[in-house]
Parts: sequence; C-alpha cells; structure tokens
Amino acid sequence: MTRRVVFLYGLMLLVLIGVGFFQSWNVAFGIFNLCLISAVMALGVNMQWGYAGLFNVGIMGFTALGALTAVLVSMPPVQEAWAVAGGDLALSFLCLVATVVAIVLARRMVPPAFRMLVTAILVVAGYFLIGVFFLPATDRIESIDPALSGYLGGLGMPVLLAWPLGGVVAAGAGWLIGKIALGLRADYLAIATLGISEIIIAIIKYEEWLSRGVKNVTGIPRPVPYEVDLVDTQWFVDLATSLGATDINEASSLFVKFCYGLLFIVVLAIVMWLAERALKSPWGRMMRAIRDNRDAAEAMGKDVKARHLQVFVLGCATCGIAGAMLATLDGQLTPTSYIPLRFTFLIWVMVILGGSGNNWGAVLGGFVIWFLWVEAEPLGNWFMATVTAPLPDDSAIGAHLMMGAAYTRYLLMGAILLLVMRFAPKGLIPER
Amino acid sequence: MEIANAFALLANFVIVPATAYGAQLALGALGVTIIFGILRFANFSHGELMSFGAMVTILVTWLLQMNGIGLGPLPTALLALPVGILATVAMAVLTDRFVFRFYRKKRANPIVFAIVSVGVMFMMAGIIRIVIGPDDHSFADGERFLISYGDFKKLTGWDQGIAIKQTQVVTVVVTLIVVAFLFWFLQKTRSGKAMRAYSDDEDLALLSGINPERVVLIAWIIAGSLACIAGTLYGLDKTYKPFIFLQILLPIFAATILGGIGQPVGAVLGGFIVAFSEVTVTYAFKRFLAYLGPDGWAPDGLVQLLSTDYKFAVSFVILVVVLLVRPTGIIRGKVI
Repeated sequence: MTRRVVFLYGLMLLVLIGVGFFQSWNVAFGIFNLCLISAVMALGVNMQWGYAGLFNVGIMGFTALGALTAVLVSMPPVQEAWAVAGGDLALSFLCLVATVVAIVLARRMVPPAFRMLVTAILVVAGYFLIGVFFLPATDRIESIDPALSGYLGGLGMPVLLAWPLGGVVAAGAGWLIGKIALGLRADYLAIATLGISEIIIAIIKYEEWLSRGVKNVTGIPRPVPYEVDLVDTQWFVDLATSLGATDINEASSLFVKFCYGLLFIVVLAIVMWLAERALKSPWGRMMRAIRDNRDAAEAMGKDVKARHLQVFVLGCATCGIAGAMLATLDGQLTPTSYIPLRFTFLIWVMVILGGSGNNWGAVLGGFVIWFLWVEAEPLGNWFMATVTAPLPDDSAIGAHLMMGAAYTRYLLMGAILLLVMRFAPKGLIPER
Repeated sequence: MEIANAFALLANFVIVPATAYGAQLALGALGVTIIFGILRFANFSHGELMSFGAMVTILVTWLLQMNGIGLGPLPTALLALPVGILATVAMAVLTDRFVFRFYRKKRANPIVFAIVSVGVMFMMAGIIRIVIGPDDHSFADGERFLISYGDFKKLTGWDQGIAIKQTQVVTVVVTLIVVAFLFWFLQKTRSGKAMRAYSDDEDLALLSGINPERVVLIAWIIAGSLACIAGTLYGLDKTYKPFIFLQILLPIFAATILGGIGQPVGAVLGGFIVAFSEVTVTYAFKRFLAYLGPDGWAPDGLVQLLSTDYKFAVSFVILVVVLLVRPTGIIRGKVI
C-alpha cells in the first residue's frame, strides 16, 4: 500500500462522508453499498482484462445469471407448479441429455465429411423432441395464478447461499462461452460476449416459468432484519435512542443498509484477498506474461488457451457473485434493468479509470465511477440550470435541455473513459 | 390457387420485410466492415453513429415539414438526408481527428481502439439523448403503401394479399443505389483502389506511395455516410428509438463476420442472410403449410422454430456457428 493508494481511498471516504453530511446518511449508505457491489464486479473485469487482456463485454449477462440464482435459491418453491409440470420438465431434461449424448456419439462415429450434416439434423430433431414435453409444461406453469406466481419458484433456502452459487452458475456459463469464443481474435471475443449476454437477458426476460420475466420477482428474502420489525424491537429502539437518533424509522433503514454494507465488505474483502494472492503467485506472473507477450509465453510451454479459459471463468464467477448480491440488496429481480450501458460498459470505465491490472485500482474505480454515476444527475441538473439561466423562463429550448439533464451522465462517463485512455492509460493506481 | 396464396402469405410476412431489413443491415455492416478493413478494429460506436445520422435527418425533416416542404408521395426525410449525411460525416471525421488518430499514430492494439470506441459510443449516446430525448419518433410521411393488402387482393383475386410499404421500397431502392455507387467507387476510381490496396497490405500500400491519412479520411467519410443512410432508413421503416441502436449492433456485427471481415460484398451478403434467418426462424408457418397441405388440414402447433422474443438471439447463433465452422466468413476475410 503506497501513500498514493491511502490518499485516494481516504479522499473517496471523505467525499462519501460529505454526502452524509450535506445530503443524508441514507443516501450516503445507499451509494456506499452499490459502490461495494460495483467494486466486486470491477474486480471480476480486472481479472479478465487486467491480468489476461481479455475484452469481455458480456458482464451484464453474468450479473443477471447471479441475480437469477438469488431468486432460484431463496424464493419458496411453488408446489402446485411442480405438481402439474414436474414430470414433463424432467422428461424434457432427459431429452436434452439424450440429444447431447447422441450428438457427441454421432460426431465420434460418423466420418468427418458428414459430421456437420449429422450434427445439424440431430440438433433440429432434439429441439423438436424437447419441445413436445417442454412447451405444454411451461404453459401449465405459467397459467397458475399468473398475477402472483406463474413460475416454478426457488428452493426456499437462505439467500446468502445464493451468493457463492451465483458465482458457480456464472462460472458454468463462462466456461461454455470461453470454450467457444476464446482463442479467436480479441475483438471476436468482445462481439461474442456481447451477444451471449443479450441472449441470457432475453431468456430471463421471456422464460416466465423460470423467472416470471418482465412481471419481476419481488420480495426476495433478506439476510438482514426488516425495517418494520426493527421499529418494534426493544433492543433496537434502546440502541437508537442511546445513539441519539430522533427518527426511529430513519434509524432502522440506516441500520439495514449498514448490515448490508457489512456483508458486502466481507465478500469484497474475501474476493480481494484471493485476487491479490493469485496475482502475486507464480500463476499471476504467468498470466501477466501471457498478456504481455503471448507468443513468448507459448514458446515457454504455457498453455495459453487453457489459462485464458481459467481466468475467464474466474472473472465471470466474480461478476455472478456481484449479481446475486445486487438482487439481494434490491430484494427483486427486474430483468429489464439489466442494460449493457450500466452493467457492462460502466464496469469497464471503472476498471480503466482505477488502473487495469491493479486490484486496489479496480476497487477504487468502482467507488469513484458509481459515485459519479449517481451524483451526475444532480450535477447535470445544476449544469443545465446554469447553462439555461440566461434564457427566459418559458423558453422551449431551456425546458428541453433540462429534460436531457439526466443524460449528461453518459457524456461524463464517455469523457472520463476517453480522457483516461488518452492521458493516463495506466489509471489512478497504476499496475506495479 | 393454393400455392399462390401460400406464396403471397410468405411474401407478405417474410420476404418483403426481410428484404427491407436486410438492406438496412447490409448498409450498417458495410460501414463496420470498411472501418474494420482500413483501421482494423471493431467499431462499437457505429450503432450510435447511425442513430446520430438519423437524429439529424429527423430534425431537418421536422424543419422542412414545418415549412410545408415535401416530396409528395416520397418521405420528406429523403430531402433531409444530405444534411444528415454531412453532419454524420463531420461527426465521424471529428472523432477520428480527436480520438482515433492519436492511437493510430501510436499503432495501438486493436482492443485499445475498441475500448476507445466504447467511450465514443457513450458520448454520442449522451448527446443524442440530450438533443432529441429518449422517446420514440415516427417521421415517415408521404404515401403509406406502394400497394396495400386490400388493393393487392382485389387486383389478383387471391385470398392473401401482399402489402408493400413505401418505406420498404425506398429502403431497397436507396440501398441499391448506394451499394452500386460504393462498388463502382472501390473498383474503378483511384482512391477506391488505394483503399483496397491499403486494406490488403498496409506496408506494401505505404511503399507504393499511398497516403494513409487520405485513405483513413475517405474510409470515415464512407462509413459516416453509410451509417446515416442506414440509420435513417431503419428509423423510417420501423420508428426511431435511440436505445435500439445498441441492440442492432449485434446483427450488424454478425453480418460483418458472416460475410468475411473487411469484405464489402460479404457484408451485403451477410446482412441479407442474417435478416432472412431472423425473420424465417421466428415466423409461424402454420397458415403457410395449411395452404400447401390437403383441404381443411392445418398443422397442430404454430410451426414456429423460435418465439419472436428471441429475434436478436438468431444473429448470435449465426455468429457462433460462423466462428466455429468458418471463422474467416463466407468470402474469406483477411483479418483473423
């Protein structure tokens, strides 16, 4: 930890405390919690980009997978749905397995000339075979009480379990995608990952039997107490009054945010510790050697493709964990809010601003950029108000510009990215 | 008769819309492929460049409409298009001057270019949303149909009609003109030959005295014009929605890679293949098959391979198959 790191982190903390004093502590803690989640995501991207130089623009997809896992783990199961459709779902799963096995076997036995043709025929046949059981099953599930459930529900387990599991699910998806797209040109990986994340979001949005789609899943159980319960609890009321709180409702919401913050700090600390250990180990040195000179590393006998797959999976897993944390904090899964501008490109700006290849930098970038993203709105309003001040009050242009104020955040993010890339490509905290 | 009806049904719901959509994708992919061929990076800001061009065209169209200037049966946007093209070219050349040129001088890694283009994308998205707002705008005017569903039925006496929208005709005609002009330019003119030489082998082209800055400038002028035309046509045909231009990047990239990166012919081919697959795979063939089968018979299901929700997934699947089977694309692209 150099003096620079301490200084920059201290400054960030001061700014957040400033928000607490000038806006409100609730806002400050709200920003802080999302900063922590962003920092975890930034660590994931830093593993892929900073350690290995992989340009993954599918972060949003992996985040959404983590969020979906939070729903599937923690929501209570819908018994009725399992009763009417469980058998058919099992059958369609068996058909899926049979199709995959058939394809693998066929590709081994058929001469290479027909391999493509046979695979294509088997894929189409399997698709229709699965559809025979699958489509009626999903229709039945979705017709059960559509306003309130209409999906399979989850496992009804504690939501904290979803955090590591979200990582595992995202890692699985990452492995599959990495198998397909890694080893190709770098920009191909970018385009392919952008595509896969769009598909993951489309599936979560439209497969209502799985995730309720655009009807959203709300009320994901919390790992921390609820505000309404806290207000009625004696020890909390005592604690709040002894700390000098005037408004018990505000105190309870602060306390909940504080608990979330503690949980997130623990996760961030674990991920950070592991990431730092990995970076300092021979493995980390090998990754950076591959990044800096792929051919030389390959000549030294390093299996570049396998290492890339490894680090890609690890980065995806980290993003999945962050996604599960995010869904837990929101208490809901809203597929429409998973847009690449926020979950993919924003995280990229964080890593590049913070300093690619440096974990401390990535975390700092996560804090700074999320803070700016949130505070850009009041800032944009103020900016537009200043610009339009000389115009008369009823001017149409003035009103129009005020409407666009919220979008100055895109301008700001783009400007930060371009300026950092141009004038400080190593970021705030350069790689050692 | 039955066969005619089946054909009309297919034409109305698949062939006509897919042709128009394919033309729009082809124009977009041409722009991406030219930047890929000359500057050798995946330009993520191309979608927003299209959006920017469409936005300027819309603003000028509104101005013209307010003053009562129109083209009769044709959309007023065609009159506004030259202004849009000028603005988009200016935007493209300015971003090159202030952003991309620095990295070109440094001979930076293609990924750095791609990341920088993301920054450009952010800024353009911000400007567009501040100027025109995030809402939908429909700016098509003039005659709505070349031939409407009802007229066609009356004319032929078939059960099924084919509706051809004016915007679809405009799209296809404009695309034909633009593509013909572009290929003439690339094949016959001195500058076009210089561009192809530069794209084939940069060092050799430099040795033969080709001025790289000039080639790059022409590439941006072409890419900007194509982006503006593609964006405007897409907005005319559907409606103009700022957020759609991030999504449309995916089919455009798919078309580019499918055709072979840096290959203009491939880009056009890729655009149409992607468009036709998207529309065919998500079309329900139930009524089509019912016409072809025996009387009174109809298939049980919708005979739809994928629900329309997954339209964008189709282009991705195409992308993956191409990457796995023939990563160089249909017409062998030079960059791999």
